[in-house]
Amino acid sequence: MKLPLDENKLIYMQIAEAIEDAVISGELSEGDQVYSTNQFARLYGINPATAAKGINLLVEEGILFKRRGIGMFVAEGARNMIISKRKKQFIEDHISKLIREAEKLNITKEDLIDIIRNYEGGDK
Amino acid sequence: MTYAVECKNISKHFGKTTALSHINLNMEKDKIYGLLGRNGAGKSTLLNIVTAQTFPDDGEVKIFGESPYENGRALRNICIVKENGMFLKDVSVTGALDIASSFYNNWDKKLAERLLIEFQLDKRKTYRNLSLGMKSQLGIIVGLASRAPITIFDEPYIGLDAAGRQLFYDVLIEDYMENPRTIILSTHLIDEVSNLLEDVIILNKGEVMLEGNSEDIKNKAFYIRGTKDRVEKHISGKKVLSKEEFGNTMAVAIFDSISDNEIRAMELDDLAISSIPLQQLFIFLTGGKMIKRGDINE
Repeated sequence: MKLPLDENKLIYMQIAEAIEDAVISGELSEGDQVYSTNQFARLYGINPATAAKGINLLVEEGILFKRRGIGMFVAEGARNMIISKRKKQFIEDHISKLIREAEKLNITKEDLIDIIRNYEGGDK
Repeated sequence: MTYAVECKNISKHFGKTTALSHINLNMEKDKIYGLLGRNGAGKSTLLNIVTAQTFPDDGEVKIFGESPYENGRALRNICIVKENGMFLKDVSVTGALDIASSFYNNWDKKLAERLLIEFQLDKRKTYRNLSLGMKSQLGIIVGLASRAPITIFDEPYIGLDAAGRQLFYDVLIEDYMENPRTIILSTHLIDEVSNLLEDVIILNKGEVMLEGNSEDIKNKAFYIRGTKDRVEKHISGKKVLSKEEFGNTMAVAIFDSISDNEIRAMELDDLAISSIPLQQLFIFLTGGKMIKRGDINE
């Protein structure tokens, strides 16, 4: 069976995000070996060069590192790196959108904060 | 660098019809290429020239640096699987595989036998008694088991059902990883193969319209949707493939690079951005509107 991909997004970005998600969720710990290019290619039914592009993106960011002849591993501090990157993205994507939509609906920032504070569900 | 396939300025005419016009292409060793084009775009003519089955009127082909014409050694490096059969009518499936195994140096007998079982193809049947789908199965088995350094599939699956095609794709990618080789897939089923391709070549009216890494191409093809004035503001100067308006909303397909900053600015203006799947991009590019090569390749 093949895992599904979103055809509206670049494949190598989806591979990189899948690895990041596994590190955030704890499925992959720092120091763990990551699936090989070929395993990703098989899993998603994609060209191995595309899978390699996704993995290399994370190597460049220092989230993964290569052990020659063995494979790719999750770097020390990777989880924090991913989380701070995602936090930045979260603020840029979601928070700015939320505030703009609230402005359209005449919800003040104070009201918005109250709404978030009183929102049922989603609390840890 | 020696390329697996090198086409230098190839032209071919049939009577007054120009089938190919000044084709320049280099295909690297051990990559999977998608050769895409509409009916009559020149795909099969090009492949017939690459495999030395037709002479070009002009230009030169090289296979691993050698001319393939009357060159047995070069031709043993190429396996081409076509939609319309390749075997003598009275040869059995076993006989056809025997002939192929004697021709290709890297023939993988185990893979051929495994595929016979997976496709449930009757080895004793003669070629003339095979259905269209079974002929395609046999062609695919030969193509994959040949392990030829250059393996070409020219619309290999007429009559083959979806499960059979999926089996082909799965075995192709798996065997390619263990035994990398140059693979050229010429097909109209772009959605099905797009994830398998490393590079894409689009032929249109006998010319190379677009070539490049498939993810890089996809990274330049976007749908953008939002209110009309804002869309227009953000796409000014970009190459637009298609534009549609409904009321105050505008949806455009563009083929141009967009920086992260531009994406952010578009998102701040409530524009929705998504990638265009390869098949849809192909339709935009070859769908009849006149787009010259210079318009899309910088």
